[in-house]
Amino acid sequence: MDLTLHVWRQNGPKDKGQLETYPAKGISPDMSFLEMLDEVNEELIKTGKQPIVFDHDCREGICGMCSQVINGRAHGGQERTTVCQLHMRSFKDGDEVFIEPWRARAFPIVKDLIVDRSALENIMQAGGYPSCHTGGVPDGNAHPIGKPVADYAMDAAECIGCGACVAGCPNSSAMLFTSAKVAQLAVLPQGKIEAKARVKNMTDTLQAEGFGNCTNHLECEASCPKGISVKFIAKLNREYMKTIGC
Amino acid sequence: MILDGKAPTGPIEKSWDKHRFDMKLVNPSNKRKFKILVVGTGLAGGAAAASLGELGYNVEAFCYQDSARRAHSIAAQGGINAAKNYPNDGDSIYRLFYDTIKGGDFRAREADVWRLSQVSNNIIDQCVAQGVPFARDYAGYLDTRSFGGAQVSRTFYARGKTGQQLLLGAYSALSRQVKAGTVKLNERTEMLDLVVVDGVAKGITCRNMVTGEVNSYWGDAVVLATGGYVNVFYLSTNAMGCSVTAAWKAAQKGAYMANPCYTQIHPTCIQQTGDHQSKLTLMSESLRNDGRCWVPKKKEDCDKAPGDVPEEDRDYYLERKYPSFGNLAPRDIASRAAKEQCDDERGVGPGKRGVYLDYATAIERVGEHTIKERYGNLFEMYEKITDENAYKRPMRIYPAPHYAMGGLWVDYNLMSNVPGLFVLGEANFSVHGANRLGASALMQGLADGYFVIPYTIAAYLATVTPGTVTDEHPAFKESKEQVQGRIDTLLNIKGKKTVSELHRELGKVMWEDVGMARSEESLKHALQRIPEIRDEFWNNVNVTGSGAELNQQLENAGRLADFLEFGEVLATDALHREESCGGHFRTEHQTEDGEATRDDENFAYVGAWEFKGNDKAPELHKEPLKFENIKLAVRSYK
Repeated sequence: MDLTLHVWRQNGPKDKGQLETYPAKGISPDMSFLEMLDEVNEELIKTGKQPIVFDHDCREGICGMCSQVINGRAHGGQERTTVCQLHMRSFKDGDEVFIEPWRARAFPIVKDLIVDRSALENIMQAGGYPSCHTGGVPDGNAHPIGKPVADYAMDAAECIGCGACVAGCPNSSAMLFTSAKVAQLAVLPQGKIEAKARVKNMTDTLQAEGFGNCTNHLECEASCPKGISVKFIAKLNREYMKTIGC
Repeated sequence: MILDGKAPTGPIEKSWDKHRFDMKLVNPSNKRKFKILVVGTGLAGGAAAASLGELGYNVEAFCYQDSARRAHSIAAQGGINAAKNYPNDGDSIYRLFYDTIKGGDFRAREADVWRLSQVSNNIIDQCVAQGVPFARDYAGYLDTRSFGGAQVSRTFYARGKTGQQLLLGAYSALSRQVKAGTVKLNERTEMLDLVVVDGVAKGITCRNMVTGEVNSYWGDAVVLATGGYVNVFYLSTNAMGCSVTAAWKAAQKGAYMANPCYTQIHPTCIQQTGDHQSKLTLMSESLRNDGRCWVPKKKEDCDKAPGDVPEEDRDYYLERKYPSFGNLAPRDIASRAAKEQCDDERGVGPGKRGVYLDYATAIERVGEHTIKERYGNLFEMYEKITDENAYKRPMRIYPAPHYAMGGLWVDYNLMSNVPGLFVLGEANFSVHGANRLGASALMQGLADGYFVIPYTIAAYLATVTPGTVTDEHPAFKESKEQVQGRIDTLLNIKGKKTVSELHRELGKVMWEDVGMARSEESLKHALQRIPEIRDEFWNNVNVTGSGAELNQQLENAGRLADFLEFGEVLATDALHREESCGGHFRTEHQTEDGEATRDDENFAYVGAWEFKGNDKAPELHKEPLKFENIKLAVRSYK
């Protein structure tokens, strides 16, 4: 099939940037979206143009590196799918495809489709861990954890930190990202001890980094390639309330 | 030269404990004076940086991704082994030790494997303390499952995302140290040279992948935890950015590359569909707990829908060939068996290079719900890639390059032959021998990072004065100029072929001639072709853009240039090893029914290669392997 791509090109954070149009010809439906971009890049190189740069690495939906807004939807808008797992069979011959980077104040554009997500690192560093030492910890079975609790923690822990929740949110909020870690650790005996300080420090950092607030649009859950539920945001709010004694 | 692995002597059960006591320590107040560089932030590097930072060392860590959490350890699916014996099914440290030595086809160092087995139990405790949500039973206790090459259930898991959860655990420990100021993290930074001063590793030179700036960093010790090299095959289950580069730069500076021919071709990957493909996707080995591998008995049935092939016309070849291990035969054996069926023209799917992995029996036995709970995310991933529902129709799979057992040579302290250079995880050669068992990579990465390097690096640091060589030393300026010079050379070739075209060419040679079955003829062919492709690369590659910007073509070109040198050493090692063992299968050395024939008399050693430049043959150094606790035997899974 043949497609027409409109791709955001921006040569550095200070450049204004604009959409450029490129043809994508002879695309197989079995290709992944990124493999389609690889082919387009090969053509660009052969015609003396600069290839499109985009973040990608594992190409199996787990590293969280890939980050593109396709036709207005983070990761292309398919349920529980990262860009690298999006396949060309969901497009049809003649389609026009708009490809843009994550857009949020807290994610400055580095180049073309690559953004700087270090704000998420800062949130994690603010408290996304139990402060245990290497060694000197009890046996793994010392604290039994009921299966429903372990499953709840795992549902939250599946976040891949890609930032699609921010890109999808009209307020560019990182509440879903932050809440997934807060909720995972808040229910586990290993994380409960520091729960109050954690939720406070992580949400303070979230605000300081320039992310917006949550106003319950639920676009984050719709954008999340791992289907992380907004119920964790409710959990975050509850944990936060506990710290201020409401 | 005969290499000394410096493994402790005496009873194996006490070897690590005794060695820990014998090693020197660094006084707590002196630790902050030492600077340690850790390259790579996967399980091994992340765990090492976090643990060393916490001990009080001044640590600087590096990764090429935009976050330490994205290292490729994250993609490991199935699980992590430990000798906890929670299921009461006969496991022990000794059994894990035995299974790993045997699984590695008797080509690993006994003492290292013992230590790995011993600390495996600490790893599970550590991860639980970090909040890793392992699978648990209804009483709240940790659950386990079975993996290939073992007859006990010792694999701990977190759905099909164990690697992700363990890496996020290490990453959270690392984040805590970054916050505490003991670790400085450099993301989007790629190591492009090892700085060696008077024969001792003293620093690294890196390219900032955003600005293109080339910088040097000094350290009293350098720790490489930079993963494996199977992207030399072009198509593999590795991430696109995985490369041999960091390890190869060390090899160019004198570190020996050990057993590079031991490559793991994983039996259960999604079949390739076309030439456009940029990578192959693994389907966890855990799937073989419940899935059954088969091909049609008759060639004429290969084009039929799988459901139309009656039960009596199916060949469940693993169950037929290896009745005691069945579908849980180790990876090298399962991969070769799949290839055998396809070579016999009984393969299925595109190009007839595929076999079925069928869940019908398991779904009938335990129900679709249970299968979904065990492997749901894998079935989902399979459906996204192939557009087929594996609950209804068997998966089509084929082996693909997955893991490197070989790597930089290290002694028992994980130090390479270059003093001050330590190598952890997949990047070293030490514990998996010629074949790695499933769920052992995560175990090794975390063992090296949390529980080995914190002890062994002190023994080295206690012998050096901190900060004697810093980036003021002329060797650093020289290294920077050399790295910049190579970048400029790459950018000035301005030829006609793209980097990925040339990588595919190399990959094709490596896969066809140095892949699952190797012969003298195929290896000689590869040794002729690789230098030809390398020549073409240096004369005809087109690297667009400049060095002073984010330039993915330049990054890939640098990595390919290293694969083109390393690939030749890999093939040389495979040619010299006149035996079949583990992942290294020489067609000249097999029994009548196609099983590997090992030659313990002549090849029970580690082959460590010293790179001497592209125009000279590499020199082989040997470390003889002694088996004092486990008797050398023919490895049988029948």
